[in-house]
Amino acid sequence: MMSAAMDHRASSPWTVHWANISKMAAEVPGVTTYELTFGDPLIAREYQFSPGQFNMLYLPGVGESAISISSDPAEPEKLEHTVRVAGNVTRAMSRLHVGDQIGIRGPYGSAWPMRSCREHDVVIACGGIGLAPLRPAIHHIIHHRDDYGRVYLLYGARTAKDLLYTEQYDAWRNAGIEVEVTVDIGDAEYRGHIGVVPILFYRLRLKPERTRVLTCGPEVMMRFVIFEALARKIKRDHIHVSMERNMSCAVGLCGHCQLGPTFVCKDGPVFTYQALEPYLNLENF
Amino acid sequence: MAPRHLPVGSFVRIDKHDLQSILDSLSQRGYRTIGPRLRDDAMVYDELTRVSDLPIGYIDEQDGGRYRVVSDPQQRWFGYVVGPHSLKNFVFPPHETLLRSHRDADGLWSTQTELPETRPVAVLGVRSCDLRALRVQDRVFLEGPYVDVHYQSRREPLFLVAVNCARAAATCFCHSMKTGPAVRGGHDLALTEFVDHFVIEVGSDTGGEVVTETNWTPCTIEEVQAANDVPQRLSSAMQLRDKTLPASSAGDVEVDHPNGRYLDIRGIRELLLDNLEHARWQAVGKRCLSCANCTMVCPTCFCSSVEEVASLTQDNVERKRSWASCFTAEHSYMNSGTVRKTTASRYRQWLTHKLATWHDQFGQSGCVGCGRCITWCPVGIDLTVEVAALRGDKS
Ligand SMILES: Cc1cc2nc3c(=O)[nH]c(=O)nc-3n(C[C@H](O)[C@H](O)[C@H](O)COP(=O)(O)OP(=O)(O)OC[C@H]3O[C@@H](n4cnc5c(N)ncnc54)[C@H](O)[C@@H]3O)c2cc1C
Ligand code: SF4
Ligand code: SF4
Repeated sequence: MMSAAMDHRASSPWTVHWANISKMAAEVPGVTTYELTFGDPLIAREYQFSPGQFNMLYLPGVGESAISISSDPAEPEKLEHTVRVAGNVTRAMSRLHVGDQIGIRGPYGSAWPMRSCREHDVVIACGGIGLAPLRPAIHHIIHHRDDYGRVYLLYGARTAKDLLYTEQYDAWRNAGIEVEVTVDIGDAEYRGHIGVVPILFYRLRLKPERTRVLTCGPEVMMRFVIFEALARKIKRDHIHVSMERNMSCAVGLCGHCQLGPTFVCKDGPVFTYQALEPYLNLENF
Repeated sequence: MAPRHLPVGSFVRIDKHDLQSILDSLSQRGYRTIGPRLRDDAMVYDELTRVSDLPIGYIDEQDGGRYRVVSDPQQRWFGYVVGPHSLKNFVFPPHETLLRSHRDADGLWSTQTELPETRPVAVLGVRSCDLRALRVQDRVFLEGPYVDVHYQSRREPLFLVAVNCARAAATCFCHSMKTGPAVRGGHDLALTEFVDHFVIEVGSDTGGEVVTETNWTPCTIEEVQAANDVPQRLSSAMQLRDKTLPASSAGDVEVDHPNGRYLDIRGIRELLLDNLEHARWQAVGKRCLSCANCTMVCPTCFCSSVEEVASLTQDNVERKRSWASCFTAEHSYMNSGTVRKTTASRYRQWLTHKLATWHDQFGQSGCVGCGRCITWCPVGIDLTVEVAALRGDKS
């Protein structure tokens, strides 16, 4: 019995791989990007992920959080996570320093449909921290720019000071991404657009049959993005949403993340709108 | 070469008191032997080394929000049915450590998977619904993309001595769910009780080895037939009840022949998912206390949460998993708010998961019709009644 049980030890889904913080960059107030490097060279060499996937990040004695990978999938050795301080784990993380350890399980979950987006125009519509899980998709598109049609990034945040990755927008624009930014609340210096993300749709001339929408952000924002996309006759299975739910395990065993028939951790976090349509507008579901 | 033990599928007869030698043989093989025990006025699973410690001569009366142990005029050994415990308690215990982390003198963390004590468990007195519930949990913990090694290390060596039910509680509806009352697979041994003997069906090789060591005699064809008839008679009685009584009436009250409840499962997935905004959810939400009892006693409920338990110095940390329930606010908490804010929405989540979305996720029902959630609900909420109400009136 003992030996049989021992055999499975290596494959326990709770196994944590230790990494060190190799870089820490303050992005905007309350948000930090952590570059993590695995301690085990074998893991470091073999680790790969797809845009949209997430890791469980672990601080012993504090707990775990589901955090999307925010860096370029072509460079998995520079593994980044952009984290907003929300509560216990994320706050404890913000107090760490370069060199400190973080435990990692993952990558988990479904990915943005980069393959089926080929030959399509792509609208990336996101709000706040929701740009983090989409940045790997932006990197991927830039690396394979000719595979995609027109690519729009519609991004919004509360104020101009909350906009993530602003120093990269010019590079993205130069690489052929049309970046449109909006904020909820403007100030004296801000010259750009004011309003919510879905409003940015009015600036686009879309060809519905060849357009795909990727969206991530607060659920209300995503609902309005979906509304705008549907109003423009974009197909239900061409609208892709990334969902957030409480999760303890990330491997479909703890039950917390259920959304109707799905487990957000393993069937998602990226779903087609078609799959979630019956449930997305139900109150308290 | 002839097998050195009774082959799978054989039927033998033992005197009632020779059940002790089966327990002894299991202990000698290193099993921790568990069976029904009468504790705090309920039949629970606990250590059992002597058959005389079985609740012989007692049966249970169960109904919505009601559980009572009374004496059995027939003095049966296994006259009662299921209590608040199930096999879940042994394969997926209420609390367990998953992982241990240690920080060394240089401040570096290392981790180790913590596997449970390796002494295998043998459970005596398991019912058909519980064997089916175990299959449901196997599907969750062993047959998905990720294997739960903690469950697996307890599940694989589990030895199960099942009992064919001869009577049903008023809360039982295995017949509706097609999960009983006859034991059909998943057991090492299956007992059928008679006045002075048991008929035993061998269900596994280990089961065969264990019985071979007792004082057994081969069964006559008539004895095998008599053993098959016991659950068959109950099944017919439950079927009769299905046809004659509306689901919403409480079960029979006559103690000796309560033939259970009835749940019409035709098109049940669509029935629930097409009625997610039915007024009945609000009505049941008003009665439900959100106490989570139903999820604790349900043999298939598998939700859990993990918490950190640290030593004072914070250098030794355990990750501890405990049962969780969709009836709590924490279950769906996110810093943007709790997803299921109302009791009605939590009851809806529980019932639609059990009876509808479980089919999408695992290709089978999440309910085996054991009736525990009805009995142990302090306000007697009865899922068979709730489903009948959704079916009867689709406003
Ligand atoms: C698939 C996925 C990807 C995510 N990606 C990112 C990301 O890239 N960057 C980022 O900053 N945040 C991300 N989040 C949100 C992040 O997981 C939560 O902010 C974080 O778990 C909060 O934990 P805490 O201990 O700091 O907060 P507390 O409020 O103390 O959390 C208590 C518990 O509630 C749960 N919880 C609270 N808020 C959330 C939430 N929003 N989502 C899921 N569980 C929650 C967690 O189980 C947590 O352990 C993601 C969430 C999911 C599900
Ligand atoms: S839902 Fe109720 S009747 Fe069905 S298996 Fe769970 S406890 Fe038993
Ligand atoms: S249905 Fe009954 S047992 Fe379940 S949470 Fe509500 S009151 Fe408690």
